[in-house]
Amino acid sequence: MKKQFLTGLKDGIPIALGYLSVSFGFGILCISLGLSIAAAVGISATNLTSAGQVAGVGIIAAGGTLVEMALTQLVINIRYSLMGLSLAQKLDGSFSTLHRALVSFGITDEIFAVAYAREERLKPAYMYGLILISASGWVSGTLLGAWLGQVLPAALSNAMGIMLYGMFLAVVIPPARKDRGILAAAVGAALCSLLFRYVLAFVSGGFAVIISAVLAAAVCAALFPLPAEEEESV
Amino acid sequence: MSVALYIAVMAGVTYLIRMIPFTLFRKKIRSPFFRSFLHYIPYAVLSAMTVPAIFYSTGSIPTAVAGTAAAVVLAYLGKPLIVVALAASAVALLTGFIL
Repeated sequence: MKKQFLTGLKDGIPIALGYLSVSFGFGILCISLGLSIAAAVGISATNLTSAGQVAGVGIIAAGGTLVEMALTQLVINIRYSLMGLSLAQKLDGSFSTLHRALVSFGITDEIFAVAYAREERLKPAYMYGLILISASGWVSGTLLGAWLGQVLPAALSNAMGIMLYGMFLAVVIPPARKDRGILAAAVGAALCSLLFRYVLAFVSGGFAVIISAVLAAAVCAALFPLPAEEEESV
Repeated sequence: MSVALYIAVMAGVTYLIRMIPFTLFRKKIRSPFFRSFLHYIPYAVLSAMTVPAIFYSTGSIPTAVAGTAAAVVLAYLGKPLIVVALAASAVALLTGFIL
């Protein structure tokens, strides 16, 4: 039990370090959009998701509606549902419904990837260790960014604004090299997004992302369907 | 509208998306179209969020373009997330000093 927890903590160290630096950028972004330090930290502590949070604070700053917020989070974070389905197949028998409900909070791209790659069945204590250290990195990085972002020279905090987007590129480009469906979905969504930004500018940012992504993913699902029995691993 | 309300909606929707399938759903998805759609959606979302927002992310388009170019090259070479993110930022910073 204790050993499982410690193993989880250890496996989470690289995730925590990555999160610490990326969420630093998120903290800076929040302050630049006029949010308070408490709001920035509160968002990171309750959401634990990079893309959803970036889109979310954009909606808050633009004074968007709550429906737009809910739909945006749904579309951006729906991948976690699929990861949850995959991960649920790997759980140890000791995973009660309560453990499942608690651990589900910590399903992120990186935590999913590390947990899914583990050879043995997943025990609750392992998942708690993995999630605890990763979330600590995410929240403390946000706090540092929101707090120090105001003290740092403007040149530095401006340059850090690109970090989250750099991370997104690092998630998309490698699989797009190998899978033409992913490449088509990414390029198609980017083109739609450009169209919304420069031609159909009356559509708000959150909806533009939703429509672009759903359209590109649906077209690609029709053109490049996955092979019948392949195991999902997004 | 209060920021707390936005955060509550954000956190609530995000939690339910994670919790419901992980806790309640124990069957596999069969529909090939839906499985394919779910496979492509994360990449489509990240791509739509990144383009064109990345070009406005540093407050100066030339520095952002330089940072983006660095990120694209390193991501193409398969470098780790954190390396790509930090390099994009460092290149944007250096370009700002040169200009």
